[in-house]
Amino acid sequence: MSLLPWTITLTFAGALLALVVGRRSAAAARWVALLTAAGGWSLTLLAAARFVPGPGLQTLVDAAWIPGLGVRYHLAVDGISLTLLVLTGLVATAGVLFSWNIGERTGEFFAFFLTLVAGVYGVFLSADALVFFVFYEIAIVPKYFLIAIWGSTNREYGAMKLALYSFAGSALVLAGLLWTYAVGGAHGFGFGELAAAAATLSPHQQVVVFALVFFGFATLAGIFPLHTWAPTGHVAAPTAASMLLAGVVMKLGAYGCLRVALPLSPLGFAFWQTPIAWLAAIGIVYAGLVALVQQDLKFVIGYSSVSHMGFVLLGLAAANTRAASGAVLQMFSHGVIAGLLFAVVGRMIYDRTHTRMLAELRALPLRRLLPFAAVVFVIAGFASMGLPGFSGFPAELTILIGVWRTAPLWAAVAALGVLVAAAFTLRAIQLTFFATPERPSLPGGARPFEPVLHLAPITLAEKAGAVLLIGATVLVGLRPDLLLDWINPALQSPLFHAVLKGGAP
Amino acid sequence: MSPDFAGLFGALRPEASLVLGALAVLGLDLSVFRRRAPEARLRLALGVGILAVLAAAAWAAAGARGPVFGGVLIFDPLAVAARLGVLGLTLLTLGVTRGAAAPRHPAEYVAIMLLAATGLLLMAAAQQLLLAFLALELASLSLYVLAGFDRDRPESAEAALKYFLFGGMAAAFLLFGFSLVYGATGSIDLPVIAGQMARQGDNPLLRVALVMILVGFGFKVAAAPFHLWAPDVYEGAPAPSAALIASASKLAGFTLFTRLLWPDLPGSAGSAAARSGEPGWFPAVALVAAASLLLGNLAALAQTSVRRLLAYSAIAHAGALLLAVMAAGRFGPGPLFYYASTYGLATVGAFGVIAVVARAGRCEAIADLAGLYRRSPLLAGCLTVYILSLAGIPPLAGFFGKFAVFAAALRLDGLAGPAGWLALLAIALSAVALYYYLIVLKQALVAPPAAEARSIPVPPLAALALLAAAGLILWFGLNPTALLGHF
Repeated sequence: MSLLPWTITLTFAGALLALVVGRRSAAAARWVALLTAAGGWSLTLLAAARFVPGPGLQTLVDAAWIPGLGVRYHLAVDGISLTLLVLTGLVATAGVLFSWNIGERTGEFFAFFLTLVAGVYGVFLSADALVFFVFYEIAIVPKYFLIAIWGSTNREYGAMKLALYSFAGSALVLAGLLWTYAVGGAHGFGFGELAAAAATLSPHQQVVVFALVFFGFATLAGIFPLHTWAPTGHVAAPTAASMLLAGVVMKLGAYGCLRVALPLSPLGFAFWQTPIAWLAAIGIVYAGLVALVQQDLKFVIGYSSVSHMGFVLLGLAAANTRAASGAVLQMFSHGVIAGLLFAVVGRMIYDRTHTRMLAELRALPLRRLLPFAAVVFVIAGFASMGLPGFSGFPAELTILIGVWRTAPLWAAVAALGVLVAAAFTLRAIQLTFFATPERPSLPGGARPFEPVLHLAPITLAEKAGAVLLIGATVLVGLRPDLLLDWINPALQSPLFHAVLKGGAP
Repeated sequence: MSPDFAGLFGALRPEASLVLGALAVLGLDLSVFRRRAPEARLRLALGVGILAVLAAAAWAAAGARGPVFGGVLIFDPLAVAARLGVLGLTLLTLGVTRGAAAPRHPAEYVAIMLLAATGLLLMAAAQQLLLAFLALELASLSLYVLAGFDRDRPESAEAALKYFLFGGMAAAFLLFGFSLVYGATGSIDLPVIAGQMARQGDNPLLRVALVMILVGFGFKVAAAPFHLWAPDVYEGAPAPSAALIASASKLAGFTLFTRLLWPDLPGSAGSAAARSGEPGWFPAVALVAAASLLLGNLAALAQTSVRRLLAYSAIAHAGALLLAVMAAGRFGPGPLFYYASTYGLATVGAFGVIAVVARAGRCEAIADLAGLYRRSPLLAGCLTVYILSLAGIPPLAGFFGKFAVFAAALRLDGLAGPAGWLALLAIALSAVALYYYLIVLKQALVAPPAAEARSIPVPPLAALALLAAAGLILWFGLNPTALLGHF
C-alpha cells in the first residue's frame, strides 16, 4: 500500500525533468510527461488492485513535520480518495495525450501541468489538514500560468479571475482552519483533532468557522453564485488544462467540502445545510439554463460543468450515505466526461477550425470532416446527459435517490436540472455536427460548387486519449459497484458518523 | 563589578572581523588596485568583504552565549539567530552587488555595507538603550550613504535625502522615548527597566515613551503611517542598497524592537506561557499593524514600478511582522524571526534580479520585466520563487512565515483581542496581495520580450547568490523546523 506516496514524488520529478529536457527537445518533454502521467496512473491502479476497502483512512506515511505546531506529514487513503486518485491519473494521462500538439514552450507547459497534477495527488492523499492545504495551494499557481501562457480567448482575464477566486477561497479555508486550531486549542491539524477542537467553540463560532471552510472549498467546486470563475477559466484554458480544471481541480473543492468541512462541525453543517442545498440546486438549474443559450461551444461545456458539480454539492448537502456515495461517484464520472467533452471541443474541433462559435461551426460539414470527433462528442454528450450505460447514470441516480430521502423537493429541482442538461447537450450536439444546411440540389443532379475543406486528421494520440476516457465512463456505467464498493465503506468512517445519517449504503 | 573587557572582545569578534574587513577593502583598493578598472576593483572588494562576513558568521555561530559585559549585550537564541541572519543576508547582498552595475567607488561601497552590517549585528544583541541607539545610528548612517551612492542620479540623491530626513526624525523620536524611559525607571538596562515597569504598572510617562519608541521604529521599519520614505528610497537607491535596507536592516530592526517591547522576552516558547494580560502598547501596535496591512496591500495594487510595488509590499509585510511582535511575548520570537529572515531572503533576491536586469538595460516599470523567461531563464525562475514566497504560496518559506505568525496571533487570545482579528484581516488581504504579485510574474513569465530586448548575462557570483536565496527559501519552506526549532 505504500505505492501511493510515490505518485507525488514521481510527478514532481517528472515536472522537473520535463522542464529540463524541454529546453532541448519538445518531443522529449512530451514523452517524459506521458511516461510520468502514465506512471502515476499505473501506481494508483496497482494500489487499487491491492486495496482492501474499509472504514477510516489507511495510513501510508506519518512523520512529524513541524513539531512546534503539531503538523504531521500524514498521508492516508480510503475508498473515496482512491477513487479520485485513479481519476487524477486517468485524466492526467489523457490530458498529456490531448496536448501532444503544444509546440510553444513545451517543456514549461508540461512542467506546470505535472506540478498541478502532483499537487492534486497530494491533496487526495493528505490526512492532515495543513498538508492538505499546502498541496491545495500548490495546485493553484500552475493553473494561472497554464491559462495565461497557453490559453485562448481572453486568457489573461480568465487566468487571473480563476487564480484570485481559488486563492480567495483558500484564504477562507486557511482562516477557518487556523481559527479552529488556535481558538479551539488543538495540538495538531489531523481531521479528527480539528473536529474535536471545533466542538469546543461556541455555537456561533462553529457556524462561522464551518461557513469559512465549506464555502472556501465550495468556491473551487463551483457553487452558485461563486461559480463565475469556472466558465471563463475553462474557456480560456488550453485543452489539457480545461480537462484538468473541470475534471480534477473542481473535485478538489468538492473533496475538501467532504473531507475537511463536513466532519469539522456537525453543528455548523446543520445550520448551513438548507442554504447549501438550495444554492446547489439553483446552480444545477441556473447553469444548465445559461448553457442552453451560449453561442460559444466551450462555454456550453463550461456551464455544464458547473451544473454537474451542483449535483455533487447537493449530494453532500443531503447528508446521508447514499447521497454522499453518489456525490463521490459523480465526481469520478464528471471528471471523465468533462475531460472528454473539453478534449473534443478544445483539441479536436477548435485547434483545427479555429472557431468555437456554434453559428460558424454549423456552417461547416464537421460530421463529414471529423467523423471521429462527431462519434466521440455524441458518446460524451450521452454520457453527460446521464443515459444508462454511462457513468453519469448511476451517479446522478444515486444522488437523486439519496437526496429524495432527505428532502423530496430538492430532488425534484435537481431532476429538472437533468432535463435541462439533456436539452443543452442535445442542442450542442445538433448545432455542431448535425445542423449543416442542406445544399439546394441543382437541376440535372449537378453538384453545386463546394469549397474544398481540409482539416488535419485526428491523430493517434487523440484517439488513444478518447478511447481511455470513453472506456472509463462505460466501465463505471456498467459496473458502478467497482467504485461503490470502495466508497461506501469509507463513508462509514467515524469522522463522517456525526454528519452523514441513515441510508443503508 | 569590574568590566570584563576580555569577554567583550571575545563576544564582539564578528563585529571586529567586519570592521577589519572594511578597512582591508579600503586599504587594498587604495594601494594595490588603485589603477584597475572598476569591475576588477569591485570583484576584489567583494571577495574581501565576503571573507570578512564568513569569518564573522563563523565567530557568531561559535561565539559567546548569555549576557556579556554586565548585560550590555545579550546573546540569547534570538540574538544569535538574528546575528547569523543579518550576516547571511549581508552575504547575499554582497553577492547580488556583483550583478549590479559597478558603483563609482566600489571599495567604499562594500566597506560601508560592512559597516552597516556591523551596526545591525550590534542592534541584534543590544540590551541597553544607549548601545541600542548607537548601533542603530551606525547602521542608519551607513544606509543613508548607501542609498545615495549613485550621486549622479537625481533619484538616488532624493532617496538618500528623504531617507536621511525621515530617519533623523525617527532617531529623534526614539531618543526622546529612550530618555523618558530613563527618566521613569532610572536605568538604561533593559532587565532593570522591565522590573521597574512591572512594579510601576500603568505609568503615563512610560506610555508616552513607548509611543515615541513606536513612532521611531515605525519609521525605521516602514510601517504605516510612517512609511512615506519607503517607496522613494526603494525606487531611487541602488538596488543592492535597497536590498540591504529591506532585508538585513529590517531583521535587525524588528529584533531590537521586540527586545524593547518585551524586555523580559522568553528564550523559548514554553517559559513565559504563564504571562497574563496584555501590555499597554498593544492597541497602538495593533493600530499600526492594521494600517500597514491595509495601506501596503491596497496601495501596491496601483503601482507600475517594480520597486515601488516591492516597497508597498514591504509595508504590508511590516504589518504582519508587527503581529509577530505582539505574539512574541507568549510564544517566543520564533515566528517573528522565521518571517523576517525568510522575507529578507526573498527581498534580497528580488532586488538582485532587478539589479541584474537593470544592468543589461532598464528595470523600472513592471513591464521592463517582460519576457524575462526568454532573456534569462535563471532570473525568471529565481524571481518566481521569490515572488511566490512573498505572496505566501506553499511550500515556500513565505507561507510558513505567515502561517506561524497568524497561528501565534490567533492563539494569543483567540478573537477576544486585536491580534486574532488582525490575523484574519491579514489572511483576507493575502488574496489581494496575490493579484499584484501575479502581475509581476505575468510580465516575467507570460508576456513576450520587447523587440529590442536581448538575453541578460548573469555574473557567476550573482547567479550563485540568487540561487542560494531561492534554494534557502525552498529549503526553509520544506523544513520550517530548521529555523523555528532554535527557539
